[in-house]
Amino acid sequence: MADRVAACTACHGSQGRAGNDGYYPRIAGKPADYLYHQLLNFRDGRRQYAPMTWLLQTLPDDYLRDIATHFANQHPPYEMGPAPHLPPAVRQRGEQLVRQGDPGRGTPACIACHGSDLAGISPAIPGLLGLPRDYILAQLGAWQGRTRATPEPDCMAKVIAGVPPEDVAAVAAWLSAQPVPDDYRPREAPDTVLPLACHGVPQPVASPKEAP
Amino acid sequence: MTASRMSRSGAGRWVRRGASIVLVLLLLLLVAGYWLGTDDDELVPATTSDFSDPTLIQRGAYLALAGNCLTCHTARGGQDYAGGRAVPTPFGTLYGSNITPDEATGIGSWTSDDFWRALHNGKSKNGDLLYPAFPYPNYTNVTRADADALYAYLRSIPPVSRENTPNTLRFPYNQRFSLAYWRALYFRPGVHRDDPGQDAALNRGAYLVNGLTHCAACHTPRNGLGATRSNATLAGGTIPMLDWYAPPLSSNRPHGLGDWTPEQIASLLKTGISERGTASGPMAEVVFQSLQYLSDEDVGAIASYLKTLPESPEQAVAASQAERMQGAAGMLGQGQNIYEAQCIDCHGAKGEGRHPAYPRLAGNLSVMSPDAVNAIQAVLNGGFPPGTAGNPQPYGMPPFRQTLSDSDVAAVVTFIRASWGNDAAAVSPADVRRYRTIR
Repeated sequence: MADRVAACTACHGSQGRAGNDGYYPRIAGKPADYLYHQLLNFRDGRRQYAPMTWLLQTLPDDYLRDIATHFANQHPPYEMGPAPHLPPAVRQRGEQLVRQGDPGRGTPACIACHGSDLAGISPAIPGLLGLPRDYILAQLGAWQGRTRATPEPDCMAKVIAGVPPEDVAAVAAWLSAQPVPDDYRPREAPDTVLPLACHGVPQPVASPKEAP
Repeated sequence: MTASRMSRSGAGRWVRRGASIVLVLLLLLLVAGYWLGTDDDELVPATTSDFSDPTLIQRGAYLALAGNCLTCHTARGGQDYAGGRAVPTPFGTLYGSNITPDEATGIGSWTSDDFWRALHNGKSKNGDLLYPAFPYPNYTNVTRADADALYAYLRSIPPVSRENTPNTLRFPYNQRFSLAYWRALYFRPGVHRDDPGQDAALNRGAYLVNGLTHCAACHTPRNGLGATRSNATLAGGTIPMLDWYAPPLSSNRPHGLGDWTPEQIASLLKTGISERGTASGPMAEVVFQSLQYLSDEDVGAIASYLKTLPESPEQAVAASQAERMQGAAGMLGQGQNIYEAQCIDCHGAKGEGRHPAYPRLAGNLSVMSPDAVNAIQAVLNGGFPPGTAGNPQPYGMPPFRQTLSDSDVAAVVTFIRASWGNDAAAVSPADVRRYRTIR
């Protein structure tokens, strides 16, 4: 399979461990359904990056599933640079948003869906550590600008819609500054209750009555 | 004095008379042209009245695949047949229309006669002339029975309410009546007739190639008004706006299908790969969306028909190898170094490839073509052959846009175009730069 997907690793690095710059994220070890959904999103125009769409446009769903599974099963070591220095206010605000969200605004915490250790939850919610700041910023910005989307219900679009740019920047800065723990892999947590519904995510959703 | 004045006024009268005659002739020509360009064939009656017959619908579904209707009539990520895909042309952009059975925005109000007229005469239900980006110059060959099956199928799919996207053509091409004159010059309705001297497979192949599969839309070069050139049928050419070269399907050697066996042609059409080359660019899409679903008999019929096409006139290429390689001094060495570092593992020391994983480059139509665009696109953007039942997990070519400069790409493409018996012209870094943006 590694030979078949040489077109992927040319940018995303050997085994999908990430490219040499901030633009090509690590795909290795991400949950299989998450990767599969992203391949569909690129192929079908819900994510915008012409070179990705170009590569995928004549590939059938079954093969995209095989490709996703292949990279989900790769676990090369993380290669992280030294943690960047963050101004204390940014660090504090970033961590607050990640762990508690902004209840006043109705923004849920990142950990509410991505897991208390941010490692992601099988089969469809990705981990958030080990990604470059530029990449996280670009994705959150793309969701706000509607150039990244999932089929409905698009939970991330709702989560990020009203978040001001300084908060988006703080979240991206804090997440990208965290070390990646040794056994960093998506967790099996079928009973996790999500604060809102997400396309393609099997975990149950809190009913509106229970939600704060 | 008097005589001269008289003769001047006499001359004036003759000029006026001449001008009126020219004007009348011009007017007659305009009327005749309009009449010729809007004249319909006699209506062929419907072959059935039961359009909900499941067998007919199933046959229509197959024919819709053969005609690759889905590709132009569906936007990326959009609902099937609801329209919206942009079709860029040198005259502006057209958008595939909604052909679902929605009453208001699709073709739900169309009768089978309306549908036949669209396919056969190139006219919409309301009589509007259709732009030939809808390939009715080919679809006119489709029989009424097949049109009826297609109609039955399109009535059976879910209706989708989606207003058509207005075309954005430039003046004068946005004036629909002007199509009458285009049609007077380049279009006559007509149904395919079997050649009684040929066997059934060849007739079937001819019917498909010249009708539903509309190969000519890409493989026949077009003139300045966008009409396929009648003296160069399936002779190959660069597809306007798409930046891909469609090779000749005629029996030319080595630039056409002359050296291909019918089995190799059928393999490419059905699976996307063959011992002689791989479907890439728009052809990969055609195989993915359309041809892979055809029966072995139909694919075989297309292949055997294509093998009967005569040679077409070769496109002008520089006469001597020296001329072809002009300006390429130093490029071959640079290209060979890049080839040995980046390409040789898959494509081999002699460009022999490794079928079925990696295509051969020696004798590859897309490598040797007069326009080097396919090879440049492949190196810059990589790509997967289409994933098909016959090749469900294709090997992908990595993109080299990040790692190779324009000069490197030009060198390696020049090298593969001039090696292992390939004999095509050098390309320049400027040629490469044009294709850095994916359209």
